[in-house]
Amino acid sequence: MSTIGNDRLSQPLNAGEEQPFQARSLNPREYALDYVQRLRGGEMGAIPGLLGLVVLVILFSILQSGFLSAYNVENMVIDGAPTIIMAMGLVFVLLLGEIDLSAGTASGATAVLAAVLLVRHQMNWIVAVIAAGLVGAIIGGFIGWLRAKVGIPSFVITLAAFLSFQGVTVILIGGGGSILVSDHTLLALESASISDYMPIWGGWLLLAIVVLGYAAVKFRTLAKRRASGLSTEPNQIALVKVVALAALGAVFVYYMGINRIVTHTFLTAGQTSEGVPWIVPLLLVLLFALSFLLGRTRYGRHVYAVGGNDEAARRAGIRVDLVRISVFVMCSFLAALAGLVQMSAQAGVNSAQGGGNTLLLAVGAAVIGGTSLFGGRGRVIDAIIGGAVVEVISYGMSDLISGSNGPGWQLIITGIVLLVAAGFDAVSRRAGISRQ
Amino acid sequence: MSVDAGPRGASEPILRLRGIQKSFGPVHVLKGVDFEARSGEVTALVGDNGAGKSTLVKCIGGTYAIDDGEYLYDGDHVRVHGPRDASALGIEIVYQDLALCDNLDIVQNMFLGREEVTGAARVLDEAKMELMAGRTLASLSVRTVKSVRQKVSSLSGGQRQTVAIAKAVLWNSKLVILDEPTAALGVAQTAQVLDLVRRLADQGLAVVLISHNMNDVLQVADSIAALYLGQMAAQVRRSEVTHTQIVELITAGRSGDLGLTSSAAAAEGNGARA
Repeated sequence: MSTIGNDRLSQPLNAGEEQPFQARSLNPREYALDYVQRLRGGEMGAIPGLLGLVVLVILFSILQSGFLSAYNVENMVIDGAPTIIMAMGLVFVLLLGEIDLSAGTASGATAVLAAVLLVRHQMNWIVAVIAAGLVGAIIGGFIGWLRAKVGIPSFVITLAAFLSFQGVTVILIGGGGSILVSDHTLLALESASISDYMPIWGGWLLLAIVVLGYAAVKFRTLAKRRASGLSTEPNQIALVKVVALAALGAVFVYYMGINRIVTHTFLTAGQTSEGVPWIVPLLLVLLFALSFLLGRTRYGRHVYAVGGNDEAARRAGIRVDLVRISVFVMCSFLAALAGLVQMSAQAGVNSAQGGGNTLLLAVGAAVIGGTSLFGGRGRVIDAIIGGAVVEVISYGMSDLISGSNGPGWQLIITGIVLLVAAGFDAVSRRAGISRQ
Repeated sequence: MSVDAGPRGASEPILRLRGIQKSFGPVHVLKGVDFEARSGEVTALVGDNGAGKSTLVKCIGGTYAIDDGEYLYDGDHVRVHGPRDASALGIEIVYQDLALCDNLDIVQNMFLGREEVTGAARVLDEAKMELMAGRTLASLSVRTVKSVRQKVSSLSGGQRQTVAIAKAVLWNSKLVILDEPTAALGVAQTAQVLDLVRRLADQGLAVVLISHNMNDVLQVADSIAALYLGQMAAQVRRSEVTHTQIVELITAGRSGDLGLTSSAAAAEGNGARA
């Protein structure tokens, strides 16, 4: 009866058959035009963040000769990691147009919990990490349940949680005000000692895996689309992307291979500090796993759908409440992970753990990277790009602005950058709507 | 109360409702409504505000359970308890607010909630979905969208309506109900959508078109069903009625010897005023 249902559509897909929508490889020029058109349509994505990053790096390296030293770059990676991991979680929440103000203090509270288990109860680091992650997930589940089932705005729930977790941190830590952690495995994560880095060959192996993996996925997808007769990104563009990734990665790995100890004292005599920090593979694993989840699975598609139009998602049979709860679970779980990484960087925790501007920097990272505060738009890589911008500003400023007002100016400028990023977000969203 | 019998010798209607009753508390909204829709035809459902059009559609779609009456689909008695039951039967409803996600592209919207996956890892099969979406649009002779990977936010109102309709058609549907598809559209876009509505019927689907616009109805419908205060005033062939007669059926429930008997219509009219 119906001639246009699945019965016809499920026929074998012949490449030779007539295709409706210019089914062929675009040439690079067409691809570029198409890309420009998408940008003008408000799909700026990570472009402003990347441009900002390049401009800032150039600016600071001109103004401050030591800015791009291997030592400084390595420190930025280490310091930026907790912000980036927290921002990855916030991307999930922001995709639904929600906010989690408690991510910072949740990371603090779970890190303190891990420290208490490690130090006061002498537990294995694996137990401490699992406990922290589990508690993070449970916290997120509770917040999500309050949001989805009880219907309290996420702003209010997480503001309440923000305060409460600070209290939890203080109580758990007790009178001392801080707990020192000495577990070697956990401390190696953020390279607390000057020799805790990947071996040089490890860095190159990591790069090879990443580049080959990226190229394999990229060209397999292209081949499949071409075999189905669908229009594809030109081969040249794909190749340029792979080569660019390999080149940037090679520069980074080579740079991290330089010995960062330039002045030898009796403490560092005969020691070297070289290699890629161990946090880098962890960041890469998170980036790939979470990007896969959001970009290639039904779950990820449903997250975007609920963020775009929850009524449409509901009518499409998506269990909107479950999706909503899941993003808060994701956020708090990753916050717990960020807390552990921060604990590793500090080799301990204190009673202000996760407070202050921890959360704001992470939200700023996600937004600067191109994730929309209005929901429906954002990617995991935004967290890395935005996190890099935040860290570059923080380091560049602290080098540049000396004197007693330095930290004050740094906060003011970071605030302004966040505001500008949010402004970009709002304006590009309007640009998208006005084209209807 | 008469329901006309379509063209002589035509096949059994795919949807046949008999004596549908629906009340919300004390409010009796549908009072024994008869309605039918045939494959390959556009059946217009017209009526004034509050006549019960939306309620009838929601009963067909399973959003509301009917209180009493017969629901025959493809000649069989069926029970529709929810939208999923209706979808399983091949009934799709395109609501006025289109239920599309602006931030997703056309393919992603068309497959929302029913994504194709491949392999043990259950990865989204983007190539297959894009191909199927492209074919569905092509089969509907849709030429107005440039790429199926365009975001819905960049589409015009008519294009959005087209995507919403194509989405409904993708799933082997046999009966597509369109709720005011042209209400928010300009002249050219309305013409495009009406063309599409006609093509759906020509492809063999049963199409039910809810509209306030008499021009649209007269242009595209094969059969016209006029609801009047919760009763089916008449379901008539398009070729047998004039514009004036339809307006009379909508506003008074009868026109000449068509429609409700004068006493029934008057009683209902009085009842409504009381």
